[in-house]
Amino acid sequence: MARSVTQQRKAINTVAAWAVGLLIFFPILWTILTSFKTEAQAINDPPLFFFFDWTLENYAVVQERSDYMRFLWNSIAIAGGSTVLGIIIAIPAAWSMAFVPSKRTKDILLWMLSTKMLPAVGVLYPIYLIFIRLGMLDSRTGLIIVLMLCNLPIIVWMLYTYFKEIPGEILEAARMDGAGLKEEILYVLTPMAIPGIASTLLLNIILAWNEAFWTLNLTAAKAAPLTAFIASYSSPEGLFYAKLSAASTMAIAPILILGWFSQKQLVRGLTFGAVK
Amino acid sequence: MYLRNALCAASALAVMAAGAVQAETTVTIATVNNGDMIRMQGLADDFTAQHPDIKLEWVTLEENVLRQRVTQDIASKGGQFDVMTIGTYEVPIWAKNNWLVSLNDMPSEWDADDILPAIRGGLTVDGNLYAAPFYGESSMVMYRTDLMEKAGLEMPDAPTWEFIKEAAAGMTDKDSEVYGICLRGKAGWGENMAFLTAMSNSFGAKWFDENWTAQFDSEAWKTTLTFYMDLMTNYGPPGASTNGFNENLSLFQQGKCGMWIDATVAASFVTNPNDSTVADKVGFALAPDNGLGKRGNWLWAWTLAVPAGSDATDEAKTFIEWATSKSYTELVASKEGWANVPPGTRTSLYENQNYLDAAPFAEMTLNSINAADPTNPSVDPVPYTGVQFVAIPEFAGIGTQVGQEFSAALAGQQSVDEALAKAQALTTDEMEAAGY
Amino acid sequence: MATQHSRSAARIMMAPAVILLLGWMLVPLTMTLLFSFKKYLPLRGGDLGWVGFDNYIRFVSSSAFWPSVQATLVIVGGVLAITVIFGVLLALLLDQPMWGQGIVRILVIAPFFVMPTVSALVWKNMFMDPVNGLFAHLWKAFGAEPISWLSEASMQSIILIVSWQWLPFATLILLTAIQSLDSEQLEAAEMDGASPLARFGYIILPHLGRAITVVVLIQTIFLLSIFAEIFVTTGGSFGTRTLTFLIFQRVLESQNVGLGSAGGVYAIILANIVAAFLMRIVGKNLDA
Repeated sequence: MARSVTQQRKAINTVAAWAVGLLIFFPILWTILTSFKTEAQAINDPPLFFFFDWTLENYAVVQERSDYMRFLWNSIAIAGGSTVLGIIIAIPAAWSMAFVPSKRTKDILLWMLSTKMLPAVGVLYPIYLIFIRLGMLDSRTGLIIVLMLCNLPIIVWMLYTYFKEIPGEILEAARMDGAGLKEEILYVLTPMAIPGIASTLLLNIILAWNEAFWTLNLTAAKAAPLTAFIASYSSPEGLFYAKLSAASTMAIAPILILGWFSQKQLVRGLTFGAVK
Repeated sequence: MYLRNALCAASALAVMAAGAVQAETTVTIATVNNGDMIRMQGLADDFTAQHPDIKLEWVTLEENVLRQRVTQDIASKGGQFDVMTIGTYEVPIWAKNNWLVSLNDMPSEWDADDILPAIRGGLTVDGNLYAAPFYGESSMVMYRTDLMEKAGLEMPDAPTWEFIKEAAAGMTDKDSEVYGICLRGKAGWGENMAFLTAMSNSFGAKWFDENWTAQFDSEAWKTTLTFYMDLMTNYGPPGASTNGFNENLSLFQQGKCGMWIDATVAASFVTNPNDSTVADKVGFALAPDNGLGKRGNWLWAWTLAVPAGSDATDEAKTFIEWATSKSYTELVASKEGWANVPPGTRTSLYENQNYLDAAPFAEMTLNSINAADPTNPSVDPVPYTGVQFVAIPEFAGIGTQVGQEFSAALAGQQSVDEALAKAQALTTDEMEAAGY
Repeated sequence: MATQHSRSAARIMMAPAVILLLGWMLVPLTMTLLFSFKKYLPLRGGDLGWVGFDNYIRFVSSSAFWPSVQATLVIVGGVLAITVIFGVLLALLLDQPMWGQGIVRILVIAPFFVMPTVSALVWKNMFMDPVNGLFAHLWKAFGAEPISWLSEASMQSIILIVSWQWLPFATLILLTAIQSLDSEQLEAAEMDGASPLARFGYIILPHLGRAITVVVLIQTIFLLSIFAEIFVTTGGSFGTRTLTFLIFQRVLESQNVGLGSAGGVYAIILANIVAAFLMRIVGKNLDA
């Protein structure tokens, strides 16, 4: 044991960490709890924590009003599609930056990141006009492309940092054995980089899932994902906290569950090469 | 839940498979998430049963998002929607740009002549009707009869602002969370500015003089805003600067407002015993005045219109005919009761004894709508039309920014004078940019 | 090892990503530049001809411009400060031995998965609402007058909401960095009698330098363009109108595309100033 710790100290740590963790998690917990209340219970003073009549009514109402599965499927297709496409395009680029670096590599990398700083609102009209011309409004394909381009810099950068950690000697050994460039990437590099690619995949799916500007402005009915779903539940007439909570829970649950199950990969992915 | 969803998905697939047999036309409808529209969406099965060859796609969005989406789409001719839910502000502007399909050729059973003249006038440009009203509204005073009684006052049918202030003072009981008056404070041309512009008319104020010069430096605006601030800070609920229609509705339904001056459509919500804790204690009166000849009530209608870029114009019209017909009114009445039918669009509704019996607010609503005069909104002559808005394309942007200044004043972040000075400066600036 | 052959291969492999991003940047940018020199009012017939630098001058001379730049910087700076400071503290705490560390980590990471629209809606309505919000209930329970968060403390409220979303991100990166710290070094310092504060200041913090840089860089990129949080909560009122939001108002609410495009160009310039500044620091730190 590197650091000897008394049981007492550990207990204090536990209490403190749990308190902070629950505090941070509380808004989500509260939303989930509220989604099972009636509208009147949702605004009850004092607030009701666990002792109320649990009801699924809000979920039924939300489902009846908007076809959740369709929004969900669009979200999955758009977030997944854009990320996978981005990774396919980014792998070769990240490979060449990591293993055949030139003087300009870092400049290119930083330039790529800087494209993310373009304010989306400023280019909404141009993009909208282009989309009309291409007939891509309200299509999943169009959104997959836009979100892929939005996240490509992050994907390239993340992959680059992972690839850089792979020792070059292995590649040379492979080359000695007669592996061509294709084999090298496919059979040597990619398997070694799988954890890194997985993390990149996860993080970018989350980013794409939560993207709320383009997904809202470039869709109508057919390609609308969960961000549009939620836009029909903000401040309607009358009491709406419980229904809003139910809709919110439905919108965030899939990604929350995915995130929790894969948090190990994600945590590694979040380091951005900041940690060796 | 999952089982349910799976079943829903499966049945949806089955329906789609069945529907694919015949050639279907899809009509995409952009609408706002107000109660009446949600109800329409729920009743749409009735329409698809009559028209199996038309498939409806709904895009239901919160008002601000909807407005942004449809304006963006129509201005750049995106053609994403076949039916758009727009207000009386947009209709004349868009019609002048030839962006809307004329509805002159609606069938005679639809009975365009039955539409209330005040509403129909606002939707007609150069003699052509460009939108069909789904529901119409004015604004009026909704008050708690029990609290008025407790305060020892009696609400006249046509109160003055001075009386409103007296009543607000009498009803306020902050310890039990009862606030004498709830008014819109949330920034937005369709939120606080709708109320304030209408209110300012009754104080003799106006947005522009006949040379299109902004008038926020006038004494009348100062009186208006000072009076409003005085009411709200002394007798209003906390955080009023973020309260819009929905927030106030919720407050009123919970019994926290003595009076609420807002849209007439709210009357059916506050008297609905399922949602409102004060359903049986609500009275109605005309919006207040100051004896200057104008009342502080507005005129608005949510309408359905067909954008010129639609590729399903006929089907879209068929849908609009259904949604704004007399038989839709009857359909709602049979399912939800007469009190819940979309109000304020047709003369025949206000001659229907069933409706008049079920809706205690009907008469006051009709009187309020008829009392509004969009072509002559203020005491002095003005170059624009619109009671609570100015029907020029720039107004939405200007109105929201002015609304933000007034909202900041209500939040105590600046004085009335500062807010008016900023409003004057930014309006002048924007009007210059627009080339006036 | 980099032969001529592999160099050209590398260039080819980089091409798709570079060309795509170049197109993604240049095409809209060119159109934005074009619009910015025009009087372009979609509601008044669209393109009304060239106006030179009118839009640029008008955008900057508007009374809303400088406050919006200031609001942008305050929000970005505020969120960065909160997430980095609390991120470090939280990471230190989570690094301690405890029971149920995995679960605590799950709890802490969760806000990162919540879409900005949802989190803004939940905070605005269920927490910050001055009548029915949880904070209002809490304040009343202690006999205090409920605060109207989004108008009286608008900036703080938005910073709080955004920080809540980004704190997990900062914490996780910093936690991973702390975990990679050589514990022998810390032990040695402890034996030498270094106080916890000194150990933090001289060993842990320098070690976290790189991680902090990454947090600052990535977050700045996302924070400069936050939109949903403002749109949903205050709609730009009460001094929360950022540059992004001001452009939104010009383009979509006023439907003045020319003016908005000029604003977009300013925003790009601001972003690049911030970027250049960041890149300098990051470039140095990433080399190390």
